[in-house]
Amino acid sequence: MASNDINELEAWNERIFAHARGFGLDTYPQEFEICDHEQMLGYMAYSGMPSHYPHWSYGKNFEKLKTLYDYGVTGLPYEMVINSDPCLAYLMRDNSFLLNILTLAHVYAHNDFFKNNFTFSSIRAEFTIETFKAHADRVRRYIEDPSIGLEKVERLLDAAHALSLQCRRNLAIRKPTPAEQEERRLEESTPSPDPFQSIHRRTEYVPPDLTKTPLYPDEDILLFVRDHNPFLSDWEKDLLTIVHEETQYFIPQIDTKIMNEGWASLWHKRIMEELDLPQGMRLEFIVRHNQVLSPNIGGINPYYLGMKVWEDIEKRWDNPSAEEEREYGPRKKGGREKVFEVREVERDSSFLRRYLTEDLIREMNLFEYEARGNERVISRVADKESWRAIKETLIHNVGMSSVPVIKIEDADYNSNRVLLIKHYHEGRDLHLEYAEKTLQYLHQLWKREVVLETIINEKKSLLCFTDDRLVIKGLR
Amino acid sequence: METIFHPYHSSSAERSDRSAGDRLRHRQKVREAIRQNIADIIAEESIIGKDRDRIIKVPIRGVKEYRFVYGENAPGVGQGGDDAEPGQVIARDQGKDNGRQSGDQPGIDYYETDVTLEELVDIMFEDLELPFMERKLLREIEVEHHHRRKGYRKKGIRVHLDKRRTARSRLKRRKATHRKEGEELGSQRFPFHKDDLIYTHRVIETRRESNAVVFCIMDTSGSMDTMKKYLARSFFFLLYQFLNTKYQRVETVFIAHHTEAREVTEEEFFHKGESGGTFISSGYRRALEIIQQRYHPSLWNVYVFHCSDGDNFETDNSAALQAAGEIAEISNLFGYGEIKPLGSGYYGSSMIQFFSQLDRDNFQTVQIQRKEDIWPAFKSFLVKDRLRKEAG
Repeated sequence: MASNDINELEAWNERIFAHARGFGLDTYPQEFEICDHEQMLGYMAYSGMPSHYPHWSYGKNFEKLKTLYDYGVTGLPYEMVINSDPCLAYLMRDNSFLLNILTLAHVYAHNDFFKNNFTFSSIRAEFTIETFKAHADRVRRYIEDPSIGLEKVERLLDAAHALSLQCRRNLAIRKPTPAEQEERRLEESTPSPDPFQSIHRRTEYVPPDLTKTPLYPDEDILLFVRDHNPFLSDWEKDLLTIVHEETQYFIPQIDTKIMNEGWASLWHKRIMEELDLPQGMRLEFIVRHNQVLSPNIGGINPYYLGMKVWEDIEKRWDNPSAEEEREYGPRKKGGREKVFEVREVERDSSFLRRYLTEDLIREMNLFEYEARGNERVISRVADKESWRAIKETLIHNVGMSSVPVIKIEDADYNSNRVLLIKHYHEGRDLHLEYAEKTLQYLHQLWKREVVLETIINEKKSLLCFTDDRLVIKGLR
Repeated sequence: METIFHPYHSSSAERSDRSAGDRLRHRQKVREAIRQNIADIIAEESIIGKDRDRIIKVPIRGVKEYRFVYGENAPGVGQGGDDAEPGQVIARDQGKDNGRQSGDQPGIDYYETDVTLEELVDIMFEDLELPFMERKLLREIEVEHHHRRKGYRKKGIRVHLDKRRTARSRLKRRKATHRKEGEELGSQRFPFHKDDLIYTHRVIETRRESNAVVFCIMDTSGSMDTMKKYLARSFFFLLYQFLNTKYQRVETVFIAHHTEAREVTEEEFFHKGESGGTFISSGYRRALEIIQQRYHPSLWNVYVFHCSDGDNFETDNSAALQAAGEIAEISNLFGYGEIKPLGSGYYGSSMIQFFSQLDRDNFQTVQIQRKEDIWPAFKSFLVKDRLRKEAG
């Protein structure tokens, strides 16, 4: 991009930023880096990070993206934004000028979302880039260390990656320390005062087993292994920490994909409309906007779904229907105020649960499908009876809800240092081949037998991984 | 102004191929995965006598990224048109990435890669641990042109234009013209005419000794499993490649036998598992018939190789021996390979000992227990051929 283009871009940016601020968007300072498509692919493969530790899976990512791009299956995204302070985004110089302007507007809304949504509050955005850089340096150091080397580091990272998403989801809730857990355990086992104790038989006091590890089921599998496997060396523990921390960084983004993209689309549209574009650019804007926001038939386009819901919230709070008025009373807030509140306090699952209405589901013709043999078959369509079920299924498939909840129950199962983990089954079975391989990784990290309790075909089962093979035992 | 623009620097773009290392590592893993499954791939693909640039799709196991994910009974939600109805099929074959679902569905991690046959052969040689010199020998197939000149023609393609003869015929015509018209040979222009052009004519010659036919005979009785077939196939493949370096035209005939023999295609040869007992003689008899009908030994160099796991019905042994003698009579080289993967063999039913009664220069028996045995076995097999060449 030539320098006069940059000057022009800066001129446009000034206006865009003024409008963004005028709408009430509250952003971190913003930085744009101009890159070519090859660099863009590179950033995408590493989730946008300027520096990231090496692992073959990112090479696989890159190859996949490049193949798709080269064969024209997918284009490159217009925007790639990193949640950091200052917020970093990339502009592709091969893109048209209008597309870059559109990206500017879109990025400011993401920036605002990162800064204000509660799920991101657990992240120290000012350290993002530095943290990833430090992680990369540490991993590289282990690789270069002759006593460790690439093979071992890779083996450990493979295992850690497999389990990385098995961690706490709501980071806004603080995890109680072991001392606090102990206290809580004691408190729970103390019988509550009984006003009729003179006529009741006295409940027997059972002292809680405080030696049990963990006291409460623990969802942070990597951290638990790090803290409770005495056979891990320091570099292994450090790698587990690195993978865990990186995952924690991405969880809010996974968990707010629909809201975030919808939010950015909502505002880029409004900002662009304020800009009073010349005719040619205006037409191109309409085309591009409609490309991004076109419904994805057969699947879900988060941009489209998100924006629909945002617009609907604003409309319903500005002009509530008579029916709503009757049910909820007069609105205390206007639409604008409401959407800004919602962008602060919701995540995708709660956002859809509260604001995806029956009318919207019908309007978008959402349906539920299930696998039958090799086919995907529509099982429910949006009608009076099943819209709730469709909504429920959708909520179970967004963000971290699409990852099974698995917690560590006991690190000393059968007094044998066997690791017992439990799948909190809510209707969906695990994919067994994947479960087996993942258990193998956990076995590799724990260095002893691991047992997974789950439900297979409505039958409670134990998947025991030991001595390089899986044994499935049915229970009851 | 809070916003900063970092301009594009082409130098940083050149430096920024940061995924190079990870891509390399990924490709190594893919290759490794292929290597680990080479037995299955070779046993499943038709590689003998195929074009070397042929692309083969190889499913890759081992570079998947496993996690805990939901399985089959987890429903999803999509957006439809107005016509969406319960029971409507929206997609088939979850193995393919149709860009519908988010990337964390297990089906999408199914991974296939394209390799050329050339690469696959490389990997196979690697797997067999062939010495490099030998590898080179097998890979470089010399292509000789067996076009022979045969006379001249008035028509032809430009490259075959015989300039000398063309010029001469122009001169002749010029002289004749002048004589007829009685003029002096002057400086008048006398261009080439279409009739002056003379082209060389070439014919493709089939040299007798450039024909070879490989008879792959294999026992397809129930006891031949995938590993045995892989070993057999590797051996046949080496033989084919080797003969390709020596002969212009190599044909292959596949004969599968159990108690009776049939000529089959390569696919069937390696895929059709059959059951039942074994009459080795039936395979040999069928080979002899085909040789009589289509590949007369006076025109063809006949190579016969037979792979079996050594089980044969006692009653058939003498017939087999006799037929083997007849084949040895008319072929350049006749080999019998007994495939007994380690631990599976019991000594009693080996045909090798039995065939030792057959005392022919060009008959060789080899025993293959592991894939490492293939190359030595192959070499010892070929020694017999060279001896015969020297003798003859």
